[in-house]
Amino acid sequence: MSDLKTFPQGGVHPSDQKLSAHKQIMVLKLPPVVKIPLSQHLGAPAMAVVKKGDKVKVGTLIAQSGGFISANIHASVSGTVSMIGESTDTSGYLKEVVIINVEGDEWEDSIDRSSDLKKEIVKTREEIIETVKNLGLVGLGGATFPTHVKLMVPPGKKAQILIINGVECEPYLTSDHRVMLERADEMLVGIKIIMKALSVEKAVIGIENNKSDAIKHLSDKIKDYPGITVQPLKVMYPQGGEKQLIKAITGREVPNKGGLPIDVGVVVQNVGTAFSVYEAVQKNKPLLERIVTITGKSVKNPGNYLIRIGTSIADLIEAAGGLPEDTGKIISGGPMMGKALTGIDVPVVKGTSGILIMTKKDAKRELQGSCIRCGKCISVCPLGLEPYLLYQLSNRRKFDRLESEDVMNCCECGSCQYTCPSSLPLLDYMRLGKLEVGKLIRARKNN
Amino acid sequence: MLSTRTVEDMDSLMLSSIVSLSAIGFVSASVLFVASKKFKVYEDPKIDLVEKLLPGANCGGCGFAGCRNFAEAVVKAGKLEGLNCPVGGSSTMIEVGKVIGIEVVVCEPLIAVLRCNGTKIHAVAKVKYDGAQNCVVAHSLYSGESGCPSGCIGLGDCVRVCQFDALYVDELTGLPVVDEQKCVACGACVKACPRNIYELRPKGPNGVRVYVACMNTQKGAVAKKNCEVACIGCMKCVKVTDSKSVSVNNQLSYIDTKVDACVHGPALIGCCPTGAILGVKIEGNKSVKSESHS
Repeated sequence: MSDLKTFPQGGVHPSDQKLSAHKQIMVLKLPPVVKIPLSQHLGAPAMAVVKKGDKVKVGTLIAQSGGFISANIHASVSGTVSMIGESTDTSGYLKEVVIINVEGDEWEDSIDRSSDLKKEIVKTREEIIETVKNLGLVGLGGATFPTHVKLMVPPGKKAQILIINGVECEPYLTSDHRVMLERADEMLVGIKIIMKALSVEKAVIGIENNKSDAIKHLSDKIKDYPGITVQPLKVMYPQGGEKQLIKAITGREVPNKGGLPIDVGVVVQNVGTAFSVYEAVQKNKPLLERIVTITGKSVKNPGNYLIRIGTSIADLIEAAGGLPEDTGKIISGGPMMGKALTGIDVPVVKGTSGILIMTKKDAKRELQGSCIRCGKCISVCPLGLEPYLLYQLSNRRKFDRLESEDVMNCCECGSCQYTCPSSLPLLDYMRLGKLEVGKLIRARKNN
Repeated sequence: MLSTRTVEDMDSLMLSSIVSLSAIGFVSASVLFVASKKFKVYEDPKIDLVEKLLPGANCGGCGFAGCRNFAEAVVKAGKLEGLNCPVGGSSTMIEVGKVIGIEVVVCEPLIAVLRCNGTKIHAVAKVKYDGAQNCVVAHSLYSGESGCPSGCIGLGDCVRVCQFDALYVDELTGLPVVDEQKCVACGACVKACPRNIYELRPKGPNGVRVYVACMNTQKGAVAKKNCEVACIGCMKCVKVTDSKSVSVNNQLSYIDTKVDACVHGPALIGCCPTGAILGVKIEGNKSVKSESHS
């Protein structure tokens, strides 16, 4: 199938390992207690508006957005706020959380819990954006960028195409795949709503060719939704990256150095986000649960679960048949970009797309060698960077040179590290470089 | 055949060479002389004098790029406030003071102190890190193998920046050790540590000193969970001395550098319920670090 589109530069082919692709979405039973972090999104943390002892219902606002790029947070369960304290996040550092003891399952009256499809969009553009903002929606692809910010096109720019990201190029993860199969109608209405908010006429759903059932299913469904098309794509990591997906589908290139998709007239949203936009706008339901994949070669029952935000990852692992004996690493997210957990008593947040349990054998890092100047990292970098050079510069703390070598363009996809025959920690050092160069840039701005 | 060249020929050849080379030499010398007069840049001769006195390690410990830059700064300022060569120490600074014509008041010599005692035994590793062997990278990724977000990561960024070979990571404890004899308090480790664990403290009379070997600001119970010898902010150390000598902020105690370790040291070490207060050359350390043997 040579007519399939993809991005032109770089990319790798990790084995896709979609173990849970055929597992229906199941609802995880309510946990006895949830810990809801106040910083689940990109940008400023939210500020708690409840206090110890408050009774909350499912959908009650518990934390107010803390700035323009920030998001509201709602209670995902009903019960009593037992504490506003601290709990470890995936990295092991303490973060502020609201802890709620679960009592029953009582929902706010404003939320429509019926399952019938509401196709007619009555809300106006402004009302849609306001609802999405109030109900705390963030991008569910992983970066958790507040959705309402993306829906507000800056003055002087115009959105022409809406791209819906159904690529899910990370190996193992299947939550987006299941949304496309099981929540197709809701998702398509969600896309229509986003199109209305952006006033665009055209939406393209990008799906990689390894999800042929989703491509077929959606191609049948879109007949009822004019303006939406499905674009099958060649399997290639990191096609789910915003810049790569735009290039693959439209051929347009997002400008470097802080350019945004809107600069080329494109807005990208994840399929999961489209579904939650539907629920928010049509059913008035805040973002309080999400679909999470639990998977791994040694996991007894890999699957896709609908989980309330704040549920401990330990509960999810329990539901999948417990922690396997030969666990080497537990990763939040996919194997390419995910983060290794330091413990399992960590809450599921808005950005948790999956939990991957790796066997000891798979998780082992190869012994680090020396750079043999093979250039493989350059050929796989989707952004045309020279990872071996950036690694050296970062290691030697030459941060001004790193900046001129465009380290800030790195999307941290990890293709370079995946392909390195010497197993160099290229990405680790590039992240360090980005951190330090970011500091330099901020210092310059402040002066 | 040699016979065609006579002795007279050789003489004249030598003569012309000497004359012409001398002429070239003379002309060049005059050009250089004129140039040196005409394009002379005045430089304070004191700069050279000061530079000669400095150790010449170009370590950057003073905050300048090298010894020459430091000498220029000293001569330009005409005073020594805020300027110090930690490597040369007070003896060097007295000499430097003489050159620029001021008297130097000697203060105590400093040493780098690691404010963490989270050894492999005290702060047991709960997870294993096999990523890039670099403290800054590890710090940006996670809280550390023991879970303490302020403790030493032990991957040796400080060892790599030390120009004086005064640091090494002890394999047994997993913590870096400061060599008392070699450390010149240049402060390179203070800057390199992503968790700001090092502090330059006075060496103390005969090397007797006392300090809090912890940087954890978490609540007592949380801190203790990750590390046995964490400071829990119990305030006992404040009670045995006074609030001026010891201060507790964010559940973390700090002993002022002016506290006389000989007088208060044993009491401070004795009162600490977790053993977070360490002393050097003071009896009664609850957890003896290899540093205190030196």
